[in-house]
Amino acid sequence: MGLLKFAGGRVFDPEHGVDGVVQDIFVRDGRIVAAPGSDADIAQEIDCRGRIVMSGAIDMHTHIGGGKVNIARSMLPEDHRGDPLPRTPLTRSSCGYCAPGTLAAGYRYAEMGYTACFEPAVLPVNARQAHMEMGDTPIVDKGGYVMLGSDDFLLRMLAARQDQRAINDYVAWTINAAQAIGVKVVNPGGISAFKFNQRYLDLDEAHRYYQVTPRHILKVLAQAVHDLGVPHPLHVHASNLGLPGNVDTTLATMQAVEGLPLHLTHIQFHSYGAEGDRKFSSGAAQIAEAINANQNITADVGQIMFGQTVTASGDNMTQHRNSGLASPKKFVVMDIECDAGCGVVPFRYRDKNFVNALQWAIGLEIFLLVNDPWRIFLTTDHPNGAPFTSYPHLIKLLMDKSYRKAMLATINPDAAAMSTLGSIDREYSMYEIATMTRAAPARLLGLKDRGHLAPGAAADIVVYRDDKDVEEMFARPQYVFKDGKLVAQDGEIVAVSWGNTHVVRPEYDASIEKQLKPYFDLFHSMRLENFGISDDELCECGHGSKAMPHACRNGRVR
Amino acid sequence: MENVTCPFCGLACDDLQVDVAAGMPVPVANACATSREAYRRLAPVPGLTARVGGTPVLLDVAVARAAQILGHAINPLFGGFATDLSGARRIVQLADRCGAVIDHMNSTAKLRNLLTVQDAGWITATLAEVKNRADLVVLLGTDAVSRFPRFFERFVWNEESMFDLDPRSREIVYVGQGLDMRAGCAPDGRAPTSIPCRVDEIGEALGAMRSLLAGLAPQAQVVAGVPLPQWAELLEKLRNSSYGVIVWAAPDFDFPHAELTVQTLSALIKDLNRTTRVCGLPLGGSDGDFTANGVLMWQTGLPFRSSFATGIPVYEPHLNSTQRLLDSGEADALLWVSAFNPNRVPPRTELPTIVLAPPGANFEREPDVFIAVGTPGVDHAGHYTRTDKVVALPLRKLREIGLPSVEAVAASIEASLQQAAN
Repeated sequence: MGLLKFAGGRVFDPEHGVDGVVQDIFVRDGRIVAAPGSDADIAQEIDCRGRIVMSGAIDMHTHIGGGKVNIARSMLPEDHRGDPLPRTPLTRSSCGYCAPGTLAAGYRYAEMGYTACFEPAVLPVNARQAHMEMGDTPIVDKGGYVMLGSDDFLLRMLAARQDQRAINDYVAWTINAAQAIGVKVVNPGGISAFKFNQRYLDLDEAHRYYQVTPRHILKVLAQAVHDLGVPHPLHVHASNLGLPGNVDTTLATMQAVEGLPLHLTHIQFHSYGAEGDRKFSSGAAQIAEAINANQNITADVGQIMFGQTVTASGDNMTQHRNSGLASPKKFVVMDIECDAGCGVVPFRYRDKNFVNALQWAIGLEIFLLVNDPWRIFLTTDHPNGAPFTSYPHLIKLLMDKSYRKAMLATINPDAAAMSTLGSIDREYSMYEIATMTRAAPARLLGLKDRGHLAPGAAADIVVYRDDKDVEEMFARPQYVFKDGKLVAQDGEIVAVSWGNTHVVRPEYDASIEKQLKPYFDLFHSMRLENFGISDDELCECGHGSKAMPHACRNGRVR
Repeated sequence: MENVTCPFCGLACDDLQVDVAAGMPVPVANACATSREAYRRLAPVPGLTARVGGTPVLLDVAVARAAQILGHAINPLFGGFATDLSGARRIVQLADRCGAVIDHMNSTAKLRNLLTVQDAGWITATLAEVKNRADLVVLLGTDAVSRFPRFFERFVWNEESMFDLDPRSREIVYVGQGLDMRAGCAPDGRAPTSIPCRVDEIGEALGAMRSLLAGLAPQAQVVAGVPLPQWAELLEKLRNSSYGVIVWAAPDFDFPHAELTVQTLSALIKDLNRTTRVCGLPLGGSDGDFTANGVLMWQTGLPFRSSFATGIPVYEPHLNSTQRLLDSGEADALLWVSAFNPNRVPPRTELPTIVLAPPGANFEREPDVFIAVGTPGVDHAGHYTRTDKVVALPLRKLREIGLPSVEAVAASIEASLQQAAN
């Protein structure tokens, strides 16, 4: 492949401190290369003058594949009927607004300039299916965080007070078996507790059977992820999601890991006070203050947007508790393999509803009150807060205070009055948006060759028109390049590729399998030998997807 | 070979030992009667494996003829759809290109559950939850073992559980008629409870139990031919269980509007979960139905009985049934895929018909094109999604007798169509 020159664009590359500087970028064989000599033969020049250039965007928390997503799809034919994606000579047909088919999801992500997406809830036992669905998601790269913390094996290790080293081996074994890039814990211990008919599990409340607390689970898993050198900190869906007053739980969760790195996901759903006439208020200021003060904490927001969506979560306890709020009135809850669970509840967020309106304001408050764009991430927890296609609108809300205030004037007035949003004048800069959607997620996940534009990086490059309307700008970039190949232009797919799968491979003592083998034989419904996913299988499951291993902090790539 | 996954029912047991030394896979341990029979019928049939109009031809010739039929069809129907992950991916892609309707050979039964999921949802558990947690197992209209022979052996009468439960102490209740209840006897000889009633009246009984649970005693003293107190007693068992599981198999709910029975069951289970834990266990997944339909669902957003005729997927569960499209004459060609079982032949039709199935099928009417394909998990590797949908198991290649996969044949047909279009 010849040399490609992106000429004269205003480049935003926060990883290298480049803030809107006019620069040329050169690409060869899918990688960014140093500027060649003046006599170099340029095969193609992309005129970027007057354009904004960034690396491909990375969605670090989006439910795009795995059992619960497919349940959501199967539950919602009415959602799909309203949002068809016709077949073209180049692209396949698909459909779906809040729970789109994988084909629609991949095309739409690429059209918006996203080049990598991470599925945050890969159940170990469902990892094959998650990779199958991610594999059938075109163009973008993907990766998954494997879910632990309500699995019987870990909980019995904790109950038996097994030492941290043994737990680390089990966690590393699971990451390898599931071909994951991180570890997530969802309502620590709560998914299991629900199967024992517990309906709540607070941070220091003991699980009825194992007598283990969520705090203990968090501490041990955060330690394991840290000890193993996995770049991405433990990804935490905290206890008490959605409950008024849960801000205290969330603050206590931050402290529970005693300074270890921790990522709190969809933190908006965990930032609720219990004040006011309706016993529901914003805890955003406290949360933002805590994030600002604790360098070990990162968070993604899980912003809600008004309209129809579907909530799909591993948190069967919470989803069952909220099932009465389903709209339309249907829900699926599932207990899974003594390992995990899921719950799918369709939901419509209404701007005139006090609670929903305040949820919207709380999310924005968190975005605007957290100072460091390297530690707060732009997500809607697709599709739980809203479909990912609402990102351009969300970016506009962050970058344009007059637009934001105009929107605030249209929501439930009691909620607006309870929120400090109207008094916040901060506007995100282009550099900050590039940070939170590119550089920061790549750094947080340990993707050394993504999220930036220096030589050696993969040529995932997006060229935007410098539009006055940032929503329009981010919805339809002029050019999207994936690994050096033009895949989308002006919001249309122009070439279809299939991405690869980012993984980490922490080392472990293989003798952990000596414990696991008899355990599987006695209790499980499948053989240990059929549990792990080999590279060949990943390729087969993942539509030709190749594993792209990233180094753990001990420096080794396996 | 150890730890081999059996692809011949929805349980997808992955603990088989199969002797492959003689070039013919022979299960030597852990295979049930259904499985042994399925492996037996894999015996290679001599001669060419593709036919056009009944005449043996080379594969390329059959593929070209299949592409010609599909290329000329205006409203092709892709039925059967029994294949593995890779086969399903290719078939869905081909359907999109051809503007076809996709339906599955098991869809009439599957629809009873799917309509419930779309209308109301449900609360369910997977097999390892049942194995380790269920202290009460209620079987509605099914004995499980007729279709899923190792259900009790693997998931009910296991020796130990993860928790305090002694599996041998589980209580078993059968509701229905003509059920084989032998498997429900506990290892110590304790007999299961039986409530004999017609399967198409189970819905009434479930409704009565919902009513009782809500504190509204029905006026009828006999429901579904059974005295009301027996239903009240079953309800009490469910209410007092720590983790009750209610098992049904959609194919056994073979009566009109059975989806209403499933829906009432879903509602009863939801009601019970206000105070205790009770889960449904819908048994299915045979003939790769969760495997292939899973692919169709996640790629396109829609399930079986969807049409690609207008360039977008459109789901019409009643209009797009195989039988209706054949009976009404709306379809003008049929592609039938049955990769796991040569005996699942297409319904009788005069339409131009292409069949992809393992050798050995007996047709009432010879299809226009027959292409022998390998069985996933025997002739090639693959993936198979189990009854509870969560677990996809790897299928291994056990022999090589030169049979192509559904994936390969569908890809060749598509290439041939592409060539014709250029």
